[in-house]
Amino acid sequence: MPQSFPQDSVGIVTPQIIRFEQPLPLACGRQLDSYELIVETYGTLNADASNAVLVCHALSGNHHLAGFHSEQESKPGWWDSAIGPGKPIDTNTFFVIGLNNLGGCHGSTGPQSINPETGKPFGPDFPIMTVPDWVESQARLADHFGIQQWAAVVGGSLGGMQALQWAIDYPQRLRHCLIIAAAPRLSAQNIAFNEVARQAITRDPDFNNGHFYENGNVPKTGLMLARMLGHITYLSDDGMREKFGRELREGKISYDFNPQFEVESYLRYQGERFSTAFDANTYLLMTKALDYFDPAADYGHNLAEAVRNALCKFMVISFTSDWRFSPERSREIVDALVAAEKKVSYAEVDSDHGHDAFLIPNPRYMDIYSAYMKQVASDIPPTGKENN
Amino acid sequence: MRADLEIIQEWIAPNSKVLDLGCGNGELLAFLQQQKQITGYGVEVDHDNITACLEKGVNVIEKNIDEGLASIDDSSFDTVIMTQALQVMYRPDQIVDEMLRIGKECIVTFPNFGHWRARGYLAFRGKMPVSKFLPYTWYNTPNIHFCTFKDFEQLCVERNIHILDRTVVDNEHKHHWSIRLWPNMLGEIAIYRITR
Repeated sequence: MPQSFPQDSVGIVTPQIIRFEQPLPLACGRQLDSYELIVETYGTLNADASNAVLVCHALSGNHHLAGFHSEQESKPGWWDSAIGPGKPIDTNTFFVIGLNNLGGCHGSTGPQSINPETGKPFGPDFPIMTVPDWVESQARLADHFGIQQWAAVVGGSLGGMQALQWAIDYPQRLRHCLIIAAAPRLSAQNIAFNEVARQAITRDPDFNNGHFYENGNVPKTGLMLARMLGHITYLSDDGMREKFGRELREGKISYDFNPQFEVESYLRYQGERFSTAFDANTYLLMTKALDYFDPAADYGHNLAEAVRNALCKFMVISFTSDWRFSPERSREIVDALVAAEKKVSYAEVDSDHGHDAFLIPNPRYMDIYSAYMKQVASDIPPTGKENN
Repeated sequence: MRADLEIIQEWIAPNSKVLDLGCGNGELLAFLQQQKQITGYGVEVDHDNITACLEKGVNVIEKNIDEGLASIDDSSFDTVIMTQALQVMYRPDQIVDEMLRIGKECIVTFPNFGHWRARGYLAFRGKMPVSKFLPYTWYNTPNIHFCTFKDFEQLCVERNIHILDRTVVDNEHKHHWSIRLWPNMLGEIAIYRITR
């Protein structure tokens, strides 16, 4: 092992691709005849497969949760702060699976994949995915690993929505559900932001109605604008003030339209970087999955009814400065779970990192996360521990 | 277990549904879950206490009780408990009303400000009482609404609250024959079981 990785890192990790030949029917009415999921795993699955934790990703996330793909990789996986030996999701105890969801652009079947019917990339013809579709594909992933019941399903933001959907769709198949910085459905304001992002992408001349792979141009500008907008909603007013204030790059105003404030160049940098690393069609799909998520809709818009059959224990966490999915939205989930007499705990963590707070370690957040995961660990059946 | 909790647990029916407002480190709920198979939740604001509850496997909801309990349905709990927290509430009367709305029965404990030591402190020193049990000075105390047994029972009469049980204990949470004789003077902690 290289000496450069911290003690509590999972170290070098290698993704694997798993192929599924059984057709997957989708909410939109179409189906995927076959598909691939790219996954990463950490820790060791015990003999009765009772120590597995599924981590679901958010809008732009992927299967690379923790560790490094190579010694050259500068940044670890996106939830490295929470996953590793001695971390909240302790890989000495748990077998952790991260995947890239269908429709993604990091190795699972998505718009960039070849459509077997045409021999060309799916592009905009890739079916619209929903959170229940993803949960179904994740259930098949559990089958692949021989996991009957997850010790926990965990997710932040859109990932938390998948965790909630798991509790509704497969009550027998998880013991714990951690819903972090999520919401039971998007507000009109949330949908409005997503729509501006989609317009930015689809109106970019290089978007070419989604068929941009063939001509080699990508809608960089549109994707960059979408990301810049999204990024603003992930931060808080206080956090931005703290980080950038009104600091000027050159120390003085130049009376032109070049970026002068630090916040301007930061957003441009984030947008630029994202626009070369992410797929525009995937971005559109992910925002639609968010917009459509509304598990209460099938239950007379009564969330308590929607979770009535859930059997797992729930931990809901929100962050004070998150205005994208505010604490109020998490409390809606908690209230519904209490009304349905489910076992639920809730914590509201002080942070000025806005929605991004769920990705940023903070002593109280990590304390809560660790304390709850210890409960998850203690609920692993004893036979599993002996066989470990 | 804290001695007042020892007394309270006897009033909780097995397999019942319990809400503990200001549940502290979850000691009572953990005990009731193990010994009486109750289901329920604690409500707490203190960060360390919340973590302690999570470690014990006690359901805990972070919430400031002063903001109200409107999201909880009427009569949805068998027992609603509030130990040693009534005096820190912004409106104790409204909280008691809410507890009686969501719980079929309620258990309330609070320090008795009519205890002879408190009376003596104010009478002879002319200052707000400070003791080992109530260690705060008037400007930094979280206890903003003190009352005596008589005050509380008057509230019960005014609000048509039915007192099912009343126990009075001293600082060590011991019953003593003298306390039963003269509770408002000698009892330091009041434990009431009420309903409407």
